[in-house]
Amino acid sequence: MEKSKANINYDDVVIHVDKVSKSFGDLHVLRDVDLKLYNRENLVVLGRSGTGKSVLIKLISGLLNPDRGDITVLGEVVNRLTDKELRALRQRIGFSFQNSALYDSMTVRENLEFPLVRNKRNLSRAEIDREVEEVLEGVGLSRAINQMPSELSGGQRKRIGIARTLILRPDIMLYDEPTAGLDPITCLDINSLINEVQERYNTSSIIITHDLACAKMIGDRMVMLLDGKFERQGSFAEIFDTDDERVRPFYDYNFIV
Amino acid sequence: MKRKIENLLLEFARIHRFMMRFLREVVSPPYEFKEIIRQCYEIGWKSFPLISLTGFIVGFVFTKQSRPSLEEFGATSWLPKLISIAIVRALAPLVTALIGSGKVGSQIGAELSSMNVTEQIDAMEVSGTNPTKFLVSTRILATTTMIPVLCFYVAGIGLLGGYLSIAGKDDLSFLAFFTQVFEAIAAKDIFAMVLRAVVFGFTIGFTSSYIGYYSSKGTEGVGKAANAAVVASMFLVFIEELLIVQILSLVG
Ligand SMILES: Nc1ncnc2c1ncn2[C@@H]1O[C@H](COP(=O)(O)OP(=O)(O)OP(=O)(O)O)[C@@H](O)[C@H]1O
Ligand SMILES: [Mg+2]
Repeated sequence: MEKSKANINYDDVVIHVDKVSKSFGDLHVLRDVDLKLYNRENLVVLGRSGTGKSVLIKLISGLLNPDRGDITVLGEVVNRLTDKELRALRQRIGFSFQNSALYDSMTVRENLEFPLVRNKRNLSRAEIDREVEEVLEGVGLSRAINQMPSELSGGQRKRIGIARTLILRPDIMLYDEPTAGLDPITCLDINSLINEVQERYNTSSIIITHDLACAKMIGDRMVMLLDGKFERQGSFAEIFDTDDERVRPFYDYNFIV
Repeated sequence: MKRKIENLLLEFARIHRFMMRFLREVVSPPYEFKEIIRQCYEIGWKSFPLISLTGFIVGFVFTKQSRPSLEEFGATSWLPKLISIAIVRALAPLVTALIGSGKVGSQIGAELSSMNVTEQIDAMEVSGTNPTKFLVSTRILATTTMIPVLCFYVAGIGLLGGYLSIAGKDDLSFLAFFTQVFEAIAAKDIFAMVLRAVVFGFTIGFTSSYIGYYSSKGTEGVGKAANAAVVASMFLVFIEELLIVQILSLVG
């Protein structure tokens, strides 16, 4: 089920994290981290809970600022942009949150419309409706259009969350634990959805996950965050070809226990 | 100790930044008219039943309680004057602000902090919408305009309560009552009422938005934020009342 890497353009770096450090008080989460994401690549980020995976993609989307180092996304240095420039850049970055982050005072339709209505103010009602229906069909949840987020299951919420980020046709997708807490069949659905998204919209993605089956299915390359640094990277086989006690348990837990 | 002072200063700096961001967003287009109207409806209209009941009872009870002391001097005919001054100068703004802190403050505190906890605010931010503008400015504007509106209404309904209390004992026509009311209150009393209401409204909106927006993560943060929003708003309203009374008595 491993996918082909034929479409990746290794000359085009869409995200470059350059010697970035981030700490909260005395807690040093990231230390001089380097990372590159290439055009049309799916990069999987592995790492234990609390190692700073979510912090990493929040830095990339400009929700947090690095203490040191620069983050370049689509040619722009995120941590040096003005609010306005950052807002423009963010329309090209889709962020699927760990807990979906659907607006719970709005229906599914209003959730999906929100980024569109807010960013493209000249769209007609019919155009908006068409876009909403299209992305909703893309994630296979057309019938949920008038429901409230509280009425949906975790997997459905994840898919609506992904649909909401797709509606602006981003060039980059950041997925924070897209399959966490879901049953295996739903996980497979979400994984195929992520691959489909990449094929249909030509996105480059960073996927954070603990789920190695997911990593194997969608990842072109994997990196593992260990003690604030990316010490291991490579293909699935390369990452786990080690006796490192910080790495083995990931594999053992998923495939041996 | 040193740590505590440091934290306090950091908190003040954050409040200052929040205020500056609000001021910047409020004056810069695009203006969120639709969302402001929606918040006015949520904050103002939905408080009407509660505020009607409280305003009426305060007017009614206050009048009833004031009667015995005026009776001692045979001065019950002064009742309309007394209650109109008391209601317009002190009771209406205070009652509105306290009910507002309880109802609106807790609502805003809980709403924003649950949006913060579940990363909805971050989600808004990354989808290219400025959350300070969309969530915070609109709520502060709504409380700043709706608390004065509610305050006028409370004054009216409080006076009505007062009238019914008087009419239960004395033979006083509705028209005669309100003629006396309008003789008793001057333009500057109305001005002072509006001033208080605007200050209180802004305080409630700003305080509870700030507390909700920066609430600690985790679900217990939501309850804490709602609670803290009410306590802090009420506390500030009383402090401001004290200051406003002093300032107004200086100005005359
Ligand atoms: N805004 C913040 N303020 C203070 N500390 C933070 C903040 N965000 C994250 N942290 C801390 O940084 C560390 C890394 O957090 P992060 O959310 O990135 O972990 P993670 O790798 O995503 O874990 P998980 O797999 O559980 O989601 C944690 O110890 C967390 O407490
Ligand atoms: Mg995380």
